[in-house]
Amino acid sequence: MKLDDLIHHTGEWLRGTGPHSNIVMSSRIRLARNLSKVKFPNRATKKELTQVLETVEAAIKEIDYFKTATLFRMNELDSVDKEFLIERHLMSHEHATNPEGKGLIISQEEILSVMVNEEDHLRIQVMQSGLNLEETWKIINTIDDNLSTKLDFAYSPNWGYLTACPTNTGTAMRGSVMLHLPALVMTKQINKVLSAIAKLSFASRGFYGEGTHARGNFYQISNQVSLGHAEEDIIQNINGLIRQVIEQEEQARQSLAVQNKAVLVDKIYRSLGILKNAHIITSQETIELLSMVRLGIDLGIITEVDRRIINELFITIQPAHLQKFESKKLSASARDTRRASLIRGKLEG
Amino acid sequence: MRCDICGKKKATVHLTEIVDEQMTEMHLCEDCAREKSVQMEQQFGLADLLAGLSDFGKQLKTEEKAKLRCGHCGISYDDFKKFGRLGCSECYPTFRDSLTVLLKKIHGSNHHLGKSPAKFPGYVKENMDELRNLRNLLEEAIRNEDYEKAAEFRDKIRELEKKEKSDS
Repeated sequence: MKLDDLIHHTGEWLRGTGPHSNIVMSSRIRLARNLSKVKFPNRATKKELTQVLETVEAAIKEIDYFKTATLFRMNELDSVDKEFLIERHLMSHEHATNPEGKGLIISQEEILSVMVNEEDHLRIQVMQSGLNLEETWKIINTIDDNLSTKLDFAYSPNWGYLTACPTNTGTAMRGSVMLHLPALVMTKQINKVLSAIAKLSFASRGFYGEGTHARGNFYQISNQVSLGHAEEDIIQNINGLIRQVIEQEEQARQSLAVQNKAVLVDKIYRSLGILKNAHIITSQETIELLSMVRLGIDLGIITEVDRRIINELFITIQPAHLQKFESKKLSASARDTRRASLIRGKLEG
Repeated sequence: MRCDICGKKKATVHLTEIVDEQMTEMHLCEDCAREKSVQMEQQFGLADLLAGLSDFGKQLKTEEKAKLRCGHCGISYDDFKKFGRLGCSECYPTFRDSLTVLLKKIHGSNHHLGKSPAKFPGYVKENMDELRNLRNLLEEAIRNEDYEKAAEFRDKIRELEKKEKSDS
C-alpha cells in the first residue's frame, strides 16, 4: 500500500454504524509499549531510534495481523503527507516533528495504527465505529499479545507496563470515545457535563485535538488513570460514564425537538442548503454546518443523506486532504473553493 | 483530637497498623506522620497509603537524590522533574522511592492490576493471575477498611512474590 492509496477511501471507523452511532462517532483504545532496557525515544540517539524501528519492522513481519499492514518512515514523507495522516487520526502532531527514526504502521482498513518512536517506542491504536470499546479491546489485546511474543516489552509485575511518562504507567491504556453533542451545546448544558467529567478524573477534548472549545460539537472523553485497575474495569468505567452522557444528550435532543421543532428543522435544512450550494466555504463554517446536518440525520429529519457521507466529510474537508486530492499545494482561498466543490459533489443526488 | 506522638498538634492522619495480627490505631499530626512514614518505608502497604496524603517525597535526602543517576540512560531525578519524561525502563527501579510516591499521587494506586506480556521472563501465567487477584482483593479490603482481611491478603502476596523471586 502506498500513502496515496489512502486518498480513495476513508477509515472503516467512519462508517457511522454500531451501538449508539447516532451520538457516538467512534471508540478508540491506545496502548503504550516500550522495549525493555532500550532508551525511550526522548533519550535515544538517531541510531538507537533506527534500531528500534528495525526491530519492530522485523517483529511485525512474523505476525499474521500485520500481513496487510504498511510501515511508513516519517523521514520519507513530506509535510502535507504528515498533515494528511494527522487529519485521518492515524497519528499525533508530535509524531510529525523530528522525523528521524520514526515510523507509522497502518492496517488496510485503518482500524489499526502503530506509531513507532513517538513518546514511547510503540503507541498502538485501534478504532471502531460507534460505542464499541469491548470489541476494540478484543482486537488490540490480541495484537498486543502477538507483539509481546516477538518483542521484549518493559514491564514490572508491580507497576505494569513502564512508559516514558508516569501518567501512562500500568495498563498504559487510554480508552476514548468520540461523542457528537450538539443538543447539550445548544441547550447550554455542556459545561455542566464537562465539569462533572473532569471531577471523575476523565479528560475531554475536541475532535480536531483542541482543548476546551470543541469544533463541530465533538467531544472526546477518555480515562486518565491507568494504574490500579484492570483494562476491562477501566473500559467498564468509561462505558458507564459515556452512557450517562448519551442519556443527557438524548434528553436535550428531545426537549429541543418538542419546544422548538420548527426552529430546529429550519436550522438543519438551512445548514444542508448552504453545504449543497456554497461555492466558497471555510473549514470552520463547514464543520458547524455538518454538525447540524448530522443532527438532522440522527433525529430522522433528514433522510436523503447517509451518515457515513457526513462523517467522512468531517475528515476530508481538511487542508491536507484537499491538497492530496489535487496533488499540489493550495492557498487558503483556493482550498475554500475546492472544499465547496467537494461537498457539493458528495451531497448531490 | 491531639497527636498520639507529640501530644501537641491536631491529629489529621489516622492510621491502622497490623503487626503480627495485633491491630493498633494511631492518630497523628502531619509532622509526626511524616516521621513515622520514614520508619515504615520498607513496610508494604501503610507507607503507600500515607504517600497519597502528603508530600513525603521531601523526606528523602535531597543530596542523595540529586546524585542518583540511572545506570542505563544516565538521567537524574532532577532531569526527570525538568522534562517530565523518564529515560528508559531502568529508571523505574533506580528512582523507585520517588516514583512510588508519584504514581500513587497520579493514579491513586501503585499496583498494576492489568494484563502482562505473553512471554514475561520468570513468571508463570497462573501465578500472575493469582497475584493480580490478590491485589484486587487487597485494594477492596482497604477500601472497605477491613484491615484484618487486608493484612491476610498482604501476607499472601508477599509469600507469592518471594516464591516468584526464588523461581526466577
